[in-house]
Amino acid sequence: MKMLKKLMCSAIVSATAASTAAYADISDNEVRIGYLADMSGTYSALAGPGGLEAAKMAIEDFGGTVNGKKITIVSADDQNKPDIGANKVRQWIDVNNVDMVAGMVSSAVTIAVNKVVESKDKISLVSGSASSSITNQYCTPNSVHYVYDTYALAHGTGEAVVKEGGDSWFFLTADYAFGHSMEADVTEVVKESGGKIVGGVRHPLSTNDFSSFILQAQASGAKIVGLANAGADTTNSLKTAKEFGVVQAGQKIAGLLIFLNDVHSLGLETTQGLQLTTGYYWDRTPETRAWSKRYFDRTGKMPTMVQAGIYSSVDHYLKAIQTVKTDAASAVMAEMKKAPINDFFAQNGQIRDDGRMIHDMYLAEVKKPSESTGEWDLYKILRTIPADKAFRPLSESKCKLVAGR
Amino acid sequence: MAELLGFPPQVLFGQLLIGLINGSFYALLSLGLAIIFGLLNIINFAHGAQYMLGAFVAWLGLKFLGVNYWAALVLAPVVVAAIGIVIEKTMLRRLYKEDHLYGLLLTFGLALIIEGSFTHFFGVSGQPYSVPAALSGGNNLGFMFLPTYRAWIIVASLIICFGTWYMIERTKLGAYLRAGTENPQLLQAFGINVPLLITLTYGYGVALAAFAGVLAAPIYSVSPVMGSNLLIVVFAVVVIGGMGSIAGAIVTGLLMGLIEGLTKVFYPEASTTVIFLVMIIVLLIRPAGLFGKEA
Repeated sequence: MKMLKKLMCSAIVSATAASTAAYADISDNEVRIGYLADMSGTYSALAGPGGLEAAKMAIEDFGGTVNGKKITIVSADDQNKPDIGANKVRQWIDVNNVDMVAGMVSSAVTIAVNKVVESKDKISLVSGSASSSITNQYCTPNSVHYVYDTYALAHGTGEAVVKEGGDSWFFLTADYAFGHSMEADVTEVVKESGGKIVGGVRHPLSTNDFSSFILQAQASGAKIVGLANAGADTTNSLKTAKEFGVVQAGQKIAGLLIFLNDVHSLGLETTQGLQLTTGYYWDRTPETRAWSKRYFDRTGKMPTMVQAGIYSSVDHYLKAIQTVKTDAASAVMAEMKKAPINDFFAQNGQIRDDGRMIHDMYLAEVKKPSESTGEWDLYKILRTIPADKAFRPLSESKCKLVAGR
Repeated sequence: MAELLGFPPQVLFGQLLIGLINGSFYALLSLGLAIIFGLLNIINFAHGAQYMLGAFVAWLGLKFLGVNYWAALVLAPVVVAAIGIVIEKTMLRRLYKEDHLYGLLLTFGLALIIEGSFTHFFGVSGQPYSVPAALSGGNNLGFMFLPTYRAWIIVASLIICFGTWYMIERTKLGAYLRAGTENPQLLQAFGINVPLLITLTYGYGVALAAFAGVLAAPIYSVSPVMGSNLLIVVFAVVVIGGMGSIAGAIVTGLLMGLIEGLTKVFYPEASTTVIFLVMIIVLLIRPAGLFGKEA
């Protein structure tokens, strides 16, 4: 009996000790990061293996350890499929003790993964996805949306274009959820700024030939042809528009979701004059140049805003662990939301309660071939969109964490 | 000018012309399929992959060997046809006496292997291939701006389609080919090398696919999946035209391009499905296809 009592006591004591240790220290003596992205498909160029390299750089620059504990990284290809992504993350957390998930591209995958991360009380830092619903109706206390979203793109590019006289729009919209929400966001902005929508077509996803739609856009007489599509659909639209002389005939094209790698692969001849909103450009400040140069030396490419954001988000996460001396999600998240982000990527960036990281966005224009001095000299920054104007205000949010404010 | 069906006529003319251009691709590709099916009785599911190979050979040639567009237009079909002939000699040959299904499975498997390995090495995002200098620019036709390259596609495709039709239907070689399909034993008894005839026919069908691939390279991105997107549509075109009918494939190809073009004006959401709708209707009314003979 005495023996049993002793055993019980020691069991309780050690259990308590173990649980406090888990809170006040690094779980299983290692900080484990999982990098999830499309590694080989349509979206692999904007994040993919390059984003993994950026995350590794962040860990190396941090010294490979935080508070004396090793930082490790694992990665997986989600193939843009929500079930694969969610299962992988569940396995990471249950079996491999992963503490944080970074990267994340397809919005559908991200929404699925965020649910898993919330139920397991870990952290996800979303850099690749576009949909603004991630911090709106699908927001969770465990996730941060770091780089950009559809709201920011629509307001950044849409407003600027209307202000410069582009007050009549024709949309080429990918006929699925992302395209529809992009079109709706831009339509609102155009109408608010005094412009009008004269027409549009909704084309099936992965359309082979855009010439017919481009012809309709030309016949509409709209000043602006807005591309509410992504990836191959956007590059094909741009190619066809160039072939049919859309810009020469006096219309302008507004690409709503265009990454540096898209412009690079299409070339300036095709993309010149295009206005777009970006969260990062390598050739903007001495800091961005220095970091991007290091990234270039490792990968042979300049970083997209997503890849730069992955570095910054991982770094911010590790700094928070360093400060609170634990990797427990709630404590780290609280610190991440408290501390401003000041690095090459963001100045006075701040993570809001809904998980949206707000920072300055930039309205850029693609250079003419004659203005470009090198392979990666692609954008000129027209102006800065201040952080408080760039993202959806909390007062309009449907997020359960901030509703009623 | 009065409006036609609620659209200004110039919009409609433009769309019809665009439809004709896309129809030219369908015609070229379905022609190759129809020849292979008509003479070899093989449903060539590798046709899309061979179209993609044509575009890739042109791109690789330009990038690494400096082969220009015009040379690629001849060389790429020859190279891809040679690959096709090897496939015919070593694999397809064994399946002629078996059910259609075996040929279909073999070529489908080959297509997956070819596309998979290209995806592995080149990724899915397309490679750029610029329009040759002689064909860049365009003309304003009044109702639309017609890029010169698109006009060239119609011309090139019509020449090749008509030439092929003429060769098969009007020349002695064509007569042998047709006789070989009807009764190979009898033709062989006349001293014609039928197996060689069949090999060359497959090679020619494949070369047509590769030719279409080179034509497509400057306007669509050269990507490993470019063929699989198109192949199903082209199969529908062949079925509508009547399996194995040469003229049927050409005419139906152009016709389907036009119908698709009009759909893109009136109801763009359905533009990728309209051809299958036509296929269902045609099969209900004429099970052998528009130009096919009832068995």
